[in-house]
Amino acid sequence: MRWMWIDRVVELVPREKLVAVKQVSMAEDHLHDHFEANSVRRAVPIMPASLIVEGMAQSAGVLVGHAEGFKEKVVLAKVSKAELELDARPGDTIRYTATIDRFTHAGASTRGLIELFSWTADGLSEPQVLGRVDLIFSHLDNNMGGQTFPEHNFVFSETFATLLSLSGVESYPVPG
Amino acid sequence: MERTEIFDKVQEVLVDALAVDDDEVTSEATLIGDLGAESIDILDISFKLEQTFGFKIAQGELFPEGVAQNPEYVENGRVTDKGIGLLRERLPHFDFASIESDPSVENIASIFTVDALVNFCDQKLQAA
Repeated sequence: MRWMWIDRVVELVPREKLVAVKQVSMAEDHLHDHFEANSVRRAVPIMPASLIVEGMAQSAGVLVGHAEGFKEKVVLAKVSKAELELDARPGDTIRYTATIDRFTHAGASTRGLIELFSWTADGLSEPQVLGRVDLIFSHLDNNMGGQTFPEHNFVFSETFATLLSLSGVESYPVPG
Repeated sequence: MERTEIFDKVQEVLVDALAVDDDEVTSEATLIGDLGAESIDILDISFKLEQTFGFKIAQGELFPEGVAQNPEYVENGRVTDKGIGLLRERLPHFDFASIESDPSVENIASIFTVDALVNFCDQKLQAA
């Protein structure tokens, strides 16, 4: 399995806002352990809260990375707030809306709204607020007291470039 | 802005950024030792202070970076006279008495108190 917790970027306003979606699928291995059946009940497959936070981190991280043309190594430095109120189950769609609150040479802070859509016989439901996740990102090269890191931007992998390309967002050149 | 009002706002920022209780945020409390701030919290606190007070904080203005890694400023685990001079120049809002009596690197954190942060905001607001 690849470490990708968003499926598509559906809106990007540079330096301001990014909206991404994720379809929760029964094909994801971890859902079969979270939570597995026991002697008194069937399995309860729900997306782990930590991975929902990671989905927001990827959404907001792409927004912050895009702001400087993916030249900065943008790393998640702090989860300032994470409040999740609903469970996401297989078949549900999660919508992440990340907005930049502060952006400097050193890093950025973002706010995030997470919404849940469920399928019904009439189509997708109205969105319900699943939670809110606020994050702090660090621009790695500018924050470690002169410590150096590989020149190659290891944060934004080729898989992210594929995701952005599929979403119609210009990202970074094909290597080589 | 009155100093008590500045303190109240700084307290609110620290409670939010460091997940501490407001009664822990006293004037004498040190951010790193007493309130458990880590390096990334300094960035978070800077963002929140900018938002609360409406001023801009340049990188390294609140707390200088890279001092401990520079052999000119730190020698054998102790801050040199030159290092103390630099800190004093760059951090006019801090009280250096404890560093002068014990210039160990670990002690640098002890001057970073809530009171120093209130001084910092007070000076920034007066300069605006």
